[in-house]
Amino acid sequence: KLRSPRVSIEQIKNLHNRFTYLTQDEDTLRREHLENISNLALNPIRRQIIEAFFDKRNMGEKEKGCLQEIGFEEFVTVLSFFRPPKPRTADEEMKNVKKEKLRFLFNMHDTDKDGIITLDEYRRVVEELLSSYETIGAETAKAISDAAMLEVASVTVGQMGPDEFYEGITFEQFMQILKDVEIETKMNIHFWNLDTRTMQCGK
Amino acid sequence: EKEDIYIDYCGMFILVLGLLVGSLMPLGGAASSPDTGTGHGGSHGNKDPGYAKNGNGTTYSKKPFPVLSFDYEHVRLPFEISLWVLLASLMKLGFHLIPRVSSIVPESCLLIVVGLLVGGLIKLVGEDPPVLESKIFFFYLLPPIILDAGYFMPIRQFTENLGTILMFAVVGTLWNSFFVGGLLYGVCQLEGHKLAYVDLLSCLLFGSIISAVDPVAVLAVFEEIHINELLHILVFGESLLNDAVTVVLYHLFEEYSSVGLITVTDVFLGIVCFLVVSLGGIVVGAIYGILAAFTSRFTSHTRVIEPLFVFVYSYMAYLSAEVFHLSGIMALIACGAVMRPYVEANISHKSHTTIKYFLKMWSSVSDTLIFIFLGVSTVAGPHQWNWTFVVATLIFCLVARVLGVVGLTFVINKFRIVKLTSKDQFIIAYGGLRGAIAFSLVYLLNPEHFPMRNMFLTAIITVIFFTVFVQGMTIRPLVDLLAVKKKQETKRSINEEIHTQFLDHLLTGIEDICGHYGHHHWKDKLNRFNKKYVKKCLIAGERSKEPQLIAFYHKMEMKQAIELVESGGGSKLPSALPSTVSMQNIQPKKPSQDRALPQLSKAREEEIRKILRTNLQRTRQRLRSYNRHTLIADPYEDGWNEMLIKRKKMKELEKKMNNYLTVPAPPPDSPTIARARLASDPQAWGLKSVTESIPTIKVDLASPQSPESVNVVDEFSKKGSQPKEEEGGLTMKVPSPAKQRKDKTPDEEPQQRLMRCLSDPGPAAEEEDEDDPFLPQKKSW
Repeated sequence: KLRSPRVSIEQIKNLHNRFTYLTQDEDTLRREHLENISNLALNPIRRQIIEAFFDKRNMGEKEKGCLQEIGFEEFVTVLSFFRPPKPRTADEEMKNVKKEKLRFLFNMHDTDKDGIITLDEYRRVVEELLSSYETIGAETAKAISDAAMLEVASVTVGQMGPDEFYEGITFEQFMQILKDVEIETKMNIHFWNLDTRTMQCGK
Repeated sequence: EKEDIYIDYCGMFILVLGLLVGSLMPLGGAASSPDTGTGHGGSHGNKDPGYAKNGNGTTYSKKPFPVLSFDYEHVRLPFEISLWVLLASLMKLGFHLIPRVSSIVPESCLLIVVGLLVGGLIKLVGEDPPVLESKIFFFYLLPPIILDAGYFMPIRQFTENLGTILMFAVVGTLWNSFFVGGLLYGVCQLEGHKLAYVDLLSCLLFGSIISAVDPVAVLAVFEEIHINELLHILVFGESLLNDAVTVVLYHLFEEYSSVGLITVTDVFLGIVCFLVVSLGGIVVGAIYGILAAFTSRFTSHTRVIEPLFVFVYSYMAYLSAEVFHLSGIMALIACGAVMRPYVEANISHKSHTTIKYFLKMWSSVSDTLIFIFLGVSTVAGPHQWNWTFVVATLIFCLVARVLGVVGLTFVINKFRIVKLTSKDQFIIAYGGLRGAIAFSLVYLLNPEHFPMRNMFLTAIITVIFFTVFVQGMTIRPLVDLLAVKKKQETKRSINEEIHTQFLDHLLTGIEDICGHYGHHHWKDKLNRFNKKYVKKCLIAGERSKEPQLIAFYHKMEMKQAIELVESGGGSKLPSALPSTVSMQNIQPKKPSQDRALPQLSKAREEEIRKILRTNLQRTRQRLRSYNRHTLIADPYEDGWNEMLIKRKKMKELEKKMNNYLTVPAPPPDSPTIARARLASDPQAWGLKSVTESIPTIKVDLASPQSPESVNVVDEFSKKGSQPKEEEGGLTMKVPSPAKQRKDKTPDEEPQQRLMRCLSDPGPAAEEEDEDDPFLPQKKSW
């Protein structure tokens, strides 16, 4: 299940060291372990990042829900979403890689797991992004998320009568509006490529 | 078709005009020789004959007062400069009027040809054509182009590819210099008698001069082919950063060529010098950039001179770097890049536009002049043609470039996520154009130390001509042939911006979880430092606390609002939103709440709703633009806080407006909005015709569309106006009460207002501020 052919033994060993460090030698990782990372506390979207590790949808399973604790396998599975594609990847395969990464992002936004990002959920995303700036009121976050939603609806659906209600962003629409962002090249962590000695596992 | 022919003739005419202007140069030169005294003679010969006879004892004969005289020497220099600039601009104008030519041949080629023609003309007349003096080039012509490039440099792409760019700039240029220099020396030795006097150091010097990719030429050609951003930033970044290498190598070889020997110490010192030159240049630039940012913080009362600070500080950075023989180009780039985010947050919108257009104008004129002068200098310059040398130079340059790019890419691709394909490599190699910097550097050489200077000059001009003409002309069809990705013209959407930021934080978080201190971690630290300390110092007022997302959102809204205005009002929506989706579709349906008002029968409600909806559709389209107009009220001039207050009021207003046809009189303290809405949308008057087809709308304000209507009812019941009055209150109907409202006190009854509206003869014919409907009425706030 671990898609190991694309990951080297060296990298797995390093990740395991990190995993053990985080869980303080226990077998499973819980939310508190991740919350203890000091650098992560400064991140405005830490809650969503932590949740992503415990989201069943990211484990390749069809069921929805959250786990309370995860093992090393799940840890690496989530991290593998940030693996850069191999240099000689065919276009078809590249599209799949992009779709996977976008699916990960989508799941992060879709907190109630119904397959649609509603206005409220999107608003919460923008609020979290702006949460590190104390002076910004909720009104501005609302305005931005409204404008963003409007844009998605305009671009993807186009014509809507005044009566119709736009439920929310589906995954296909999500893929459509972010097709220019080049996720497959941006959403990567370099440690998969470089010498794993650069990882400060001791800290 | 007649139009095309007409435009072609116009283009030809302007070109001819330009050539005539150009030919005035030699005449100007010739005119300086006759003395100015002769001009006086003719006009007064017969007027006062008595005076001329007065010659007996007096040595002084009073000349009559000269009515008209000719004194060219007086204004010679500025006159000639202006003539050149005029020539350059007319040429540019002419080329663009003839579309067929300008689509095949890049502008730079045409300009060089013009330069050749003008130079030829001047020589025919017998005068000496002016040469592109290095001082003029380096102090006046080059800085605007570099500043323009540096100020508008896309920082994000630049820093992402910095490693690659540095590799190409430093290692690539070194490789090129030594390869070309060394092989040329070998050729010179082999050739025998004519070239044997060229020693190794001179060859290396020549190699270092000619191997530098020229930013002016690259910009001129690449801008026309609209290539994708990655390639553009790679080649362009390389051309900028190799300046440091060129400076060091040039000075190193020039210093020691007279001695003829370089030791290991010298090489070591050269490396140290390189670090000092590049880092020193950047530091000098950064210091001036911070000074400029700091100064711009206090310019809120003197908006007019804001652009001046940007220009002068940058120019000072360049000159200061040149004082210490540091890299002036890097200083200029660093200054522009450092000051830009802070200055843009501080200055007014108009200053921003001014800076942009001035920089574009100056760099465009400089660019044109440089190429024309290059042509003229070719005709003028002392030449010494040597077949072997020139051909060898050309071949070695090309070969060195190709080998260098291929070799470096092989190494670089090991470290890149987005690998450079062979198509990319070809474009990078092919885009290595040489230009005027190389020419000027050779021109600076002292002929006594370098007897082969003329030969170098000839060789360099040949290489420049080859790269600009052959490579410049063929790169466009090659780009099409190879199907290289072009620049995407898509607008930046708010969704993309949100997700870019989201991704940044996400990747930083993942890096923290893995304990990996990578690229994102440090970038995040830098951003936090910037936000906490730097922004507070350098940005005035509230803007210092503004997150990037909000700044982006406001910029976007401004842009859309301006577009809306320019497209003639609300009837034509900007092309970005060609849909009928509006806010109404997005708001979740609110559950019906208990109404504190008497209920209507269902049928009645339905009927009213249907009527209102039919009309609301059109109104909503226009009113949707409502929100954005408010931002046109020059928010950055008036202060941030005021703007936030205004927006809050706007939002509340929009909620009410969206829900019914009979727009109640807006709160009295917002005449701006009403005037903005009305003045920008002449079609709003059309609503009048609609109402005629509908039976009298007895708008019972108790018929709610949404719970918000409750607010309005309350408001009006407080003020005691009767619902019936509202019928006439289609404020869309009459403009004048809205406009006149600006002079009224806030607690005027809406009733009285409406009475006036009905009895008013009509809008005043002249409204003084029709042209500028969006300026806020300061007193009303």
